[in-house]
Amino acid sequence: MTSTAVRTGVTTPAPSRRRRRGGGAAERLWQASPLTYVTLLAAVALSIFPLYYMFVIATRTNDAIGQTPPPVTPGGEIGGNIDRLLGNESAAFMTGLVNSAIVATVITVFVVFFSSLAGFAFAKLRFKGRNGLMLGILITMMVPTQLGIVPLYQMMYEWDLHNKLPSIILPFLVSGFGVFMMRQYASQAVPDELIEAARMDGCSTFRTYWNVVLPGLRPAIAVLGLFTFMEQWNSFLWPQIALGDPTNPTVQLSLQRLSQGYYNDYSQVFAGTLLSVVPLLVIFIIFGRQIIGGIMEGAVKA
Amino acid sequence: MAVQSSTRPEVAPGQRRGGSQLPMEPQRSKGVLGRLDIKYSPYLYIAPFFVVFGIFGLWPLIYTLRMSLYDWDLGSTIETAKFVGFDNFAMFLGDEDFWNSVVNTLAMFLMSTIPQLILALILANALNKRLRGRTLLRMGVLIPNITSVAAVAIVFTQLYNRDFGLINWFLGFFGVEPIDWTAHSWSSWVAISSMVDWRWTGYNALIFLAAMQSIPRDIYESASIDGASAWRQFWTMTVPMLRPTIIFVTIISTIGGLQLYGEPLLFTGGGNPLLGGSDRQSQTVTMFLMEQFYMKFELGRAATVAWLLFIMILIFSVINFLFTRSLRSADGKAKQRKAVKR
Repeated sequence: MTSTAVRTGVTTPAPSRRRRRGGGAAERLWQASPLTYVTLLAAVALSIFPLYYMFVIATRTNDAIGQTPPPVTPGGEIGGNIDRLLGNESAAFMTGLVNSAIVATVITVFVVFFSSLAGFAFAKLRFKGRNGLMLGILITMMVPTQLGIVPLYQMMYEWDLHNKLPSIILPFLVSGFGVFMMRQYASQAVPDELIEAARMDGCSTFRTYWNVVLPGLRPAIAVLGLFTFMEQWNSFLWPQIALGDPTNPTVQLSLQRLSQGYYNDYSQVFAGTLLSVVPLLVIFIIFGRQIIGGIMEGAVKA
Repeated sequence: MAVQSSTRPEVAPGQRRGGSQLPMEPQRSKGVLGRLDIKYSPYLYIAPFFVVFGIFGLWPLIYTLRMSLYDWDLGSTIETAKFVGFDNFAMFLGDEDFWNSVVNTLAMFLMSTIPQLILALILANALNKRLRGRTLLRMGVLIPNITSVAAVAIVFTQLYNRDFGLINWFLGFFGVEPIDWTAHSWSSWVAISSMVDWRWTGYNALIFLAAMQSIPRDIYESASIDGASAWRQFWTMTVPMLRPTIIFVTIISTIGGLQLYGEPLLFTGGGNPLLGGSDRQSQTVTMFLMEQFYMKFELGRAATVAWLLFIMILIFSVINFLFTRSLRSADGKAKQRKAVKR
């Protein structure tokens, strides 16, 4: 689909919206009936309920689990539960939080930088083999990464990187999806005239990228950055293999250890899950609109 | 009806940008440095992807194939490992436990994907109306997607707890005896599929919503004038026009669903979660891979399972493709028939 098709796709509803005000049979079609609201509110309630339940249990003592009917309001025990969690050496929860923050941040910065640079090259520069190389990147998106974990582990072992953070950072510094997304966005959002003008002024290609293209890519960078951060914060299988040392986990590994070793101390485990979700919830509440826009635009462009 | 084909979102990317002009072309007015910059720096800019992917993506992939042909333990090297050809593959194809993990994976994949797609379509259709609090409703259905696998699994495992779980408590009102959800295959499938559904339905609904918004609304107006009900319009117009997006979502769900790992692992808990319970009730293929790798240290066999998993994904992608092609041709025939009638 070309970029023009995307635009027509997005803008076509506009004229009919004007027409709709006139009324008629189609008017009714887009009106939200009470049933629509009931459906959506039920979906939202189901979406939020497990998170709310997690919050309730995390703020109560352990006997809350066995109560019938189950408690529906938060209690006042969150402080004690968190104290117990942070004092739990075998879970190393604080280390996990810090490790995850470091890993997700470093990867996000690199993915955004490398993806926007490559996306700029693919969208705006001419070089031999450009289309073939882009196709190659698209193909890499189809290959499941889990396939290579066995030799990857051996590599990390030989380079003495296992149990260290670089082992879970290095393999994810680039993203085929990121390059593709940036290329799509750059080819539409950055006008050729702007790049032409920069070239006339004697800018090198890198300065053109830095001063002209990068600012134009800002919305796409925000979305890619958020997705990458969330994905890395939540990653599970590879960290489990690469970080076998229980004293140096990511937050997800620490949660796993908690849930398996301390399954009787529900409020401690739930306090941990709550703390692991809070950073993402904060990001989601602040940037929710952009995240939704990113998912929907990505869907139309993909 | 001819209009919509150009506005319909397509799945296959990568075949665009034919003869468009590119501004950064080699020019004479530049100095030597400028010319070198324009000619070679594009390669420099795309190099990081290929270098990192080559080392950490492609090389392990190729090496996995090689390892799968050896009896390779922890500490083996290419010199000390014994070449066994396709013995590993043959062994697993006759291995009950392997097939058990395949059945579990496929069951959970189907039980999570089908309801998920239907629910997502219904939700997207509701979100496509004119609504108050549009952004809040969209955020509300997306919120499960930002929760981590571990958190989802821990909370749901508690909800499905035999003695204190809210789900058994709720079912109790209908006279259902408490179910030990982790004890059987079918019940584990239900529980684990529900986690996947909870996490992904809203996300897929937003993707469908985006595609629905690119359908021109005029065609609905004419259908309404012809007296087609909203329900009929949804099934005979919206859904067929979303087909490319449905295919896209199905393929993504296939690749993700066949690699299911975190949810069943945490759901199983207990002494050895990698086995998926005492009777391997909820062991998926990826868990089986990890059993070979992390419990038995049979790296060659783990590599074999990785390839078998990859082949499985390929087979399902081909099935998807053929299925959609048959859909497309059936649709084409329907259109032809309509044209003849007119």
